[in-house]
This record gives sequence, C-alpha cells and structure tokens, in this order.
Amino acid sequence: MAATEDVIGTLASLALFADLSRAQLDSVAHRMDEEWFADGQRIVRQGFSGTGFYVILDGDAVVRIDGQDRARLSRGDFFGELSILLDEPPVGDVVALQPLHCLVLPRAELSDWLMAMPSVAFRMLQAEARRLRAASQWRS
Amino acid sequence: MAQLTQPPFPPGEYPAVVVGSGPGGLQVSYWLTRLGVRHAVISADRSPGGMFQRFPVFQRLITWTKLHAPAEPDSRAYERFDWNSLLALETEHRFLVRDVMNADSYFPTRDEMETGLAAFARQAGIAVRYGTAWEATRRSGDGFTLTTSDGDYRCKVAILAVGMAQPWKPPIDGLAEVPHYVEVRPIAHYADKRVLVIGKRNSGFELADGLLTQARQIILVSPRPAQISVLTHSTAAARARYLQPYEDYVLGGGTTVLDASVQRVERVERGYQVHLKGTTRPSDLLLEVDEVIAATGFAVPLGDLRQLGVATFYQNRLPAQTPFWESPTVEGIYFAGAITQGAIGLKKYGIPSNSAAVHGFRYNAEVLARHIASKHFGLHTAPRVLQAGDVVDYLLTAATQAPDLWNQQSYLARVVEFSPGEGILDRGALPLAHFADAAGPDSAAITIETDAAGDIHPALYVRRRGQVAEHLLPSDPLHDFDTQQHRAQAHAALSDLTG
Repeated sequence: MAATEDVIGTLASLALFADLSRAQLDSVAHRMDEEWFADGQRIVRQGFSGTGFYVILDGDAVVRIDGQDRARLSRGDFFGELSILLDEPPVGDVVALQPLHCLVLPRAELSDWLMAMPSVAFRMLQAEARRLRAASQWRS
Repeated sequence: MAQLTQPPFPPGEYPAVVVGSGPGGLQVSYWLTRLGVRHAVISADRSPGGMFQRFPVFQRLITWTKLHAPAEPDSRAYERFDWNSLLALETEHRFLVRDVMNADSYFPTRDEMETGLAAFARQAGIAVRYGTAWEATRRSGDGFTLTTSDGDYRCKVAILAVGMAQPWKPPIDGLAEVPHYVEVRPIAHYADKRVLVIGKRNSGFELADGLLTQARQIILVSPRPAQISVLTHSTAAARARYLQPYEDYVLGGGTTVLDASVQRVERVERGYQVHLKGTTRPSDLLLEVDEVIAATGFAVPLGDLRQLGVATFYQNRLPAQTPFWESPTVEGIYFAGAITQGAIGLKKYGIPSNSAAVHGFRYNAEVLARHIASKHFGLHTAPRVLQAGDVVDYLLTAATQAPDLWNQQSYLARVVEFSPGEGILDRGALPLAHFADAAGPDSAAITIETDAAGDIHPALYVRRRGQVAEHLLPSDPLHDFDTQQHRAQAHAALSDLTG
C-alpha cells in the first residue's frame, strides 16, 4: 500500500484524479502499490504478458517501440492500461529515463477500479483521445 | 578431554564477508565455499537459525514440507515439496528439516526449523563466527571495512544476510506506544479482551488465529482489503492456514475485519481509543479496545549503509537491488536471504517472487554466489554443453520438474545459450529480469508462470539478435509440460536456433 500524505498530495495534483474527493484519493493511495525504478530500467516490456497499470508520480520515462523512442511520459502520465483493457501484450517498452516513482495496480484489479471511479475512467478516456489525436496528426 | 577451540574468522582481510547466520547466510556461504570463494561469516547471534529462533510467535511455520510427495524422496525434484530445508549437492546434507519433522503436520514447528538449520550448518561444515555484531561500514580501497564488536573486517565484497529483522511501524500518531508483533504477550494475557490487530498480512492473521480461543473479540484493520493467497496466487498474501479468523468474520462469528487507515491511537485508562478512517467504505470510526498489537511488518536492519549510499525503497525498509541482488548505488554490497525480495523481478500479473521465504531465496543464493565468484573473483563455472537435439528435452523437463522454476515463478529462468564459438551451453538458473533486459548472445530461457486465471504454465523466452520474444506454452491439468503439444510449440519457437 502506498498510504502516505506525500502520495495523496501528489495524486491530488494529477489530472487523472482531479475530480476525486479527499477520501477517494486516500482510497486510491491505499489500493495501489508504490514502486521505484532505476534510470534505464524497463518497466513494461514489449510483447511480454502480465503487465500492470502504472501512474507516474515523479520522473520521466520513454515509450520505445521496436527500439525507436515514440513518446515521453512524465509526472501524471499513465501506462499499461491498453494492454490490460485489450488483454494483449504491450506493443512497446516503457523505460525509465531517470529514477522513476510510480503507483501500480495489478492488471486483475483495473476493471473494477475504473468501474468504481467513473470520473477517473472519463479522465483516462480524455487522455486516450488526446493520444489518438496526436497519433492521427503524426500519421497525416 | 574437552578442548577450547578458537572461533573461526578472526578480524582481518577476506575476499568476501557474509553477515548473518540465518538460512540466507548459511545458504550463500555453502555455495561460495563450493565455488571456491574464500569468505568469512560473522553473526551477532549465538547460534544458527536467524529469525526462526524467535518467530513465528505461534510456533508453526506457514511454509510446508511434505513427507510424502510426487517425487523421489531424495531427488532434486523433491525440493519443490520441501520448502524449508537448505540446498546442497551432497545427498546427506539435503532435506534436513524434513528429517527432523514428525508427521503431525506438514508445517514444521519453529523448533524443528531451527534444529534442521543447525543440522545443516553442522553437517555441511558452515563455519560462523558467532557473537560478532556488525556495527559500522566504510569504504576502503576497492572494498569495504566492516567494524564489528570483535574488530575490523576488510573485504572486496560484503553480503548482508541480516533478514527483515527490524520491527517496523508506520508513522501514525500514538502507534509508537503500541506493542509490535514481536512484543506480543503470552496468550493468556489476552483472555476475554477486545483486541485490535493492526495489519492484515500473515503476521496479523497469525495473531488473530492464535488469539481466537482466548480473546473476547478480535478486530483486524488495515487500509487495504485482505489479500488471500488462494485468490491472488501468491504467498505474499494471507495464507490459508491462518484464515479461520476471516471465516469467523464473514460468517458473523464475532471477529471483525475492517478496511480503514488508523489515524491516531490514544492510551486511555482501560485500554486504547483508536481513530479510524474507512477506505473501501469511507467513514470515521472510533474504537475502544483493551489491547492493540501492531502487526505492521519489518524492515532490514541496514545500520549505516544508507549513509554509505545504499538506496532504499518500500518506505525506506528495503535496499534497492539489481537483478543479481547488488546495491545499484554501491557496487560490491550484496544482499542474501529474505532481503532479496527487494530485487522485484518482472512481477507478472502482480505476483511477486518467493524471495521473502526460504523456498525462494535458497535458489537465489546459488545464482548470487555464481555471479559474485565470476564477477569479482574470476571463478567461472564451466557450463555443460548440450546437443541441439537435447535442448527442447532439457527445457521441458526443467519446466515440469525443476524446483527453482516452480518455487521462483516468473523470477528465475533456466537459460540455454547458443554460442557461435562454444556450442550450446547450459547456463543454469539466472534471474528472468536479467535475461529479459541484458544484452547477450542468442539464447532461450524457460520459466514457470501463473496467469491471471490461476493457470500454471511454462513460458519460453527467446533472444535473437538482442531482442527477446515471449512464447507462452499451454497449461496442463496435471502440470505435465513435456507433452507432444509442448514439444511441438517449443520446437517451432527454437527451430532456427537448434537447426
């Protein structure tokens, strides 16, 4: 569990959790585990099953597909959800670019977690829409 | 006539120093000796056994040793069913906890565990300088100086096997005054009392289970819902053996299990007032209880290693570690035993390794010793050469029988290397995280894994030109992974490498 005032304070400042009450933030912090990754460490591995859902509390990471850096992730960004929602292995690596502090939720818990907090699901949908728009612009 | 003998390993210079005489220290010393790494072993304790000299409080362990199992009694495959004995190459030094157990239970008593560990130290000739407390650490030359109660030890490599031995409590107002799990009173003290146990992991449920016959009411509390091993497929969750209090709760027997964070604990005349904030059901609660016990876990007694630069995590309780259990921030400082749970591995499907327990970390010890022998002392183990036609046999037999793969699922892998110059080499067990992320020649690795549905199956990882691909092999109702279907899939995955 990741129940510290520092974590709850950080969560409150992230867009994904912007609509949650203090009690809900407390619940999120208790439900998810804290994990730390060293500079250069892989967190998600392309093609490997069984990954979790991660929210970055501090630090930067990169999405790397077939060895090419495709996107940079930073505080407040999240990853791993597409692999869980589609039940497919991730299409890219996520690699820490510096010491990275995350919260992680096991994949089996993500669906119930989102159902219980529709406002987080909505914020996640908005973020996915922005990613889709960026990808469409990149392709066109 | 009795003779006075000098304790081994007087202060001085050694290539490596192992600190600790619990199962982690004994096991890594065993392998270092077999690999030819000269080292000293020092321990603050007076005898072998580590935390098993005191815990668990209610006597029996939660790790089983099956006296009758589906494997030949003294075979390597049998290790999978004896979670408590340390490992050895020599048959006479193996399964020593099994050999001291009676047939009353397949969970050994604490005394049986301690006796089995002492027998291993004695029979396998693990020398330890007991009563020598590690007190301080400093860098010196290309290594370290460990200051102890007996004097200074200089070494190139220090291996800390000091256990998750330091009682830990979260920073909650008033909790410092509450007894920790390690300070629990004799069971009669709790007779007809209302007892609040803070913590819903194994130590919390162990206390609740032990108190069921005495306490008037037991309340278990922690922020997260109880994690149950049979549901999470993990030994890190509450084990079935301790679930009687949970059944008592769900059937309305009087025990209560709350999901709430403790805000404050106050001592009052007749006990404690405890202020709680519900998590899964938000609400404020005030409990009045006669006794409170903090079953809030342990930390590694790292001494001054943080000042030396050793990075920590998990609320500062564990040292961060590379896949080979070395501090990523202080080269040459390694960890053994239960501390190796700090090298998290891939944690696929959220399932951690078994490195917190003997049946997991005993396998880490051999891998660790081989790594230290090779990296720091140039002592390389010659790999066995395999024929191309034997690779699939080797991998699938390992998947079906190898105790290291079964006890360290998704964590340790058996690795075969396809070396252009040297042929096909059996590299033995290696951390999966290392195999997945490190560069290297074309290779194959096999693990055992449990997926979200609870299916246990092999996974084959193949590295070609630096890229590692995962091939999940099917599960099998009887866990036989050497079937025609498995062979066909493994051959297909490896055909270009095995020719």
